[in-house]
Amino acid sequence: MKVLMFGWEFPPHIAGGLGTACDGLTRGLAKQQVEVLFVMPSASGDEDQTAVRIINASDVAAFHTKQEARRIFDKVQFLKVTSNLIPYLGPDEFEEKVDLEREKEWNEFRISFGQKYQFSGKYGKNLMEEVMRYSLVAAAIARQNQFDVIHAHDWLTYMAGIAAKRVSGKPLVIHVHATEFDRSGENINTQVYDLEKRGMEAADKVIAVSHLTRNTIINRYHIDPEKVITVHNAVDFSTREQREITRGVPEKIVTFLGRITFQKGPEYFIEAAYKVLQKTKNVRFVMAGSGDMFNRAVRRVAKLGISPNFHFTGFLKGEDVKNMFAYSDVYVMPSVSEPFGISPLEAMRANVPTIISKQSGVAEVLHHAIKVDFWDVNALADAIYGLLTWPALSAMTVRCGLEEVNALKWDNAALKVREIYESVTREKSKIQ
Amino acid sequence: MKKTLCLYFQVHQPYRLRQYRFFDIGKNHDYFDDFANKTIMSRVADRCYVPANRLMLDLIKKYDGAFRVAFSVSGIALEQMEQFAPRALDSFRELAKTGCVEFLAETYSHSLSSLISPKKFRDQTTMHVKAVEKYFGQKPTAFRNTELIYSDTIGEMVSGMGFSTMLTEGARHIMGWKSPNYLYVNALNPKLKLLLRNFRLSDDIAFRFSDKNWGDWPLTAEKYASWIAGTLEKDDILNIFMDYESFGEHQKASSGIFDFLKALPGMVLNHSNLEILTPTQAATKHQPIAPLNVPYAISWADEERDISAWLGNELQKEAFENLYKIENQVRESNDERLQRDFRRLQASDHFYYMCTKFFSDGDVHKYFNPYDTPYEAFINYMNVLSDITLRTTKKKV
Repeated sequence: MKVLMFGWEFPPHIAGGLGTACDGLTRGLAKQQVEVLFVMPSASGDEDQTAVRIINASDVAAFHTKQEARRIFDKVQFLKVTSNLIPYLGPDEFEEKVDLEREKEWNEFRISFGQKYQFSGKYGKNLMEEVMRYSLVAAAIARQNQFDVIHAHDWLTYMAGIAAKRVSGKPLVIHVHATEFDRSGENINTQVYDLEKRGMEAADKVIAVSHLTRNTIINRYHIDPEKVITVHNAVDFSTREQREITRGVPEKIVTFLGRITFQKGPEYFIEAAYKVLQKTKNVRFVMAGSGDMFNRAVRRVAKLGISPNFHFTGFLKGEDVKNMFAYSDVYVMPSVSEPFGISPLEAMRANVPTIISKQSGVAEVLHHAIKVDFWDVNALADAIYGLLTWPALSAMTVRCGLEEVNALKWDNAALKVREIYESVTREKSKIQ
Repeated sequence: MKKTLCLYFQVHQPYRLRQYRFFDIGKNHDYFDDFANKTIMSRVADRCYVPANRLMLDLIKKYDGAFRVAFSVSGIALEQMEQFAPRALDSFRELAKTGCVEFLAETYSHSLSSLISPKKFRDQTTMHVKAVEKYFGQKPTAFRNTELIYSDTIGEMVSGMGFSTMLTEGARHIMGWKSPNYLYVNALNPKLKLLLRNFRLSDDIAFRFSDKNWGDWPLTAEKYASWIAGTLEKDDILNIFMDYESFGEHQKASSGIFDFLKALPGMVLNHSNLEILTPTQAATKHQPIAPLNVPYAISWADEERDISAWLGNELQKEAFENLYKIENQVRESNDERLQRDFRRLQASDHFYYMCTKFFSDGDVHKYFNPYDTPYEAFINYMNVLSDITLRTTKKKV
């Protein structure tokens, strides 16, 4: 089994959980005798290629000859992002106009897409353009390589997946790590939504990272439930994280670690902190991270008058994150919407008792974390207080939690993914 | 000699706790979810206690002394019946008047006190005995501990309190090759006779009756009576013990459980080698065959048949130890309400909710559990316990 996989990032250069998940999954797949060609927009050459072969899209020209170009153009013309809708045209006029437009587009396309394109591979201003160019290169790569299945991770690569499917006729699996609703709440970017929906519709199977995400795909994108399969993410922790830290303060520490944005639920953490501090002063709260709600969070803390026991660290990375876990007595993830959520697993590995919201995908696989509704500030405060007060409670969540986290293996997830590959290739061969 | 069939049913309902947050500690001393407790008690009364007792009464009249049963009704179940469903309490009283129903003694709160405090165990038992005398006009002679929990030392304590007979589980790991279908005696004090539950025959009714995947479904009274009659010729007693709520609540009326019960005595008594007696009668009639050694506590719960459903993990142990730390203060205080609340908090159910044996017996646990997770159960219980502890220290001042 050989898979053409499209991603946007791969360790060591990652901005979020997506790259880590791709890495874990491909390692798991390698053990299942699945060969992976991993395409990414901008590889830097220091990626670990033991489990995958990485194709750097920046090294590939979209096409070499004019005929080839025309063929690709005809197949992937749906990719045109901006369309000029002109009202009040008669049918004849319209057709004429469309032909003219198409010729113009073709000329532009031939000239500008002929060469290699240097992708940034970041999430910047030109993201939409990069997404489109990536799909063209994807089509070229699909023609140059042999494979059985196409696998595309998150909306940035769905167009690439579709283009590859059109060119090769191979089945497409798309993998939803997050949806636009997770990123933006109700105020979604409709352009992104549209790309996501197209990807899901074009796919032969859709993989969701949790039942929560699966429900979003079914209910908000109207995808046939038969087609959507949950494969929970996993983690591969090679070693137990045991770090000795000298504390500067005698109080217990309760930590929020993540982006300070709407979907991470920072305000519920603050309100719960206030309630706990009404009862005991022997505790400090730490909010680590940055984000668009940062200023609001600081103001709220000041207004509640709990600043002496509530600290902001700003954005943390690398070693600082690990040190923060080592400092913590309780870790809280009150996310409003979290497709999966890896960080509670990291906390549990660092022997920190963990509270997670029921609205997170990771809640579906954990028994030994305390689960509350994100909006239920009383329950959250109660859980924090309980973990701080009863040694038996924290001891048990730590002990059982570690066992549980260590049992979440990418090998198991990869096995399920391979079964999905097998089912779509079987379907395809039946039709042919 | 005739083989004896001994039927015994456990009747118990705990006072479930309301959601009690830590902000309530020191401020609010209402711990119980009256709405849930009332709803459940009246539902179970309608589905089980009232119709099942009516049927029992009819059967007792019909067979004129040949059909007898035994109950243990926990003190806090009696309290709740009186409070929420007096009709259920009346129907038990009716049964008591027939003279064919034996009421057993147990701990008042359906508590685990036998595992920690002999003094508390004695108090709880005395209190329950008084309640049985008050409501049913009988002085119990047989004892059954909460969830059939038993060990040699518990048996000795029970014997010391003047009981002649005790009921427990015929746990496989204790019995080995021995059969539960005989009378045994306590290993430390042979005066105490032991009746052991035949778990296979009991669970055929309590758990498997409506299971359509079970090879012996549908279970008819005729079939069941023939199983009993067909046990080894030398067997003395078949002890069928279960939750009374099996009738109409766990096994719904639509499964035909009441029809089964209605037909059962007739089918049993058709076999000339069978008779139906209460525990004390059965223990008086038969000769004990051997002492039974039970060094570690057993019960009728889960596959393990031990006490791990209540005291298996550190949450349960922490809660349990903290509860009994205030035992003396509560006893010494003359605060009626404090003592009442403390009694209700002792119910074994609160510890059962904290059980983490998700995977093997998870289904049964889930059925009885008002909490989503054992952690929630623990946090809620500990908040309540903190408050009641505060109340005991305040009383001293």
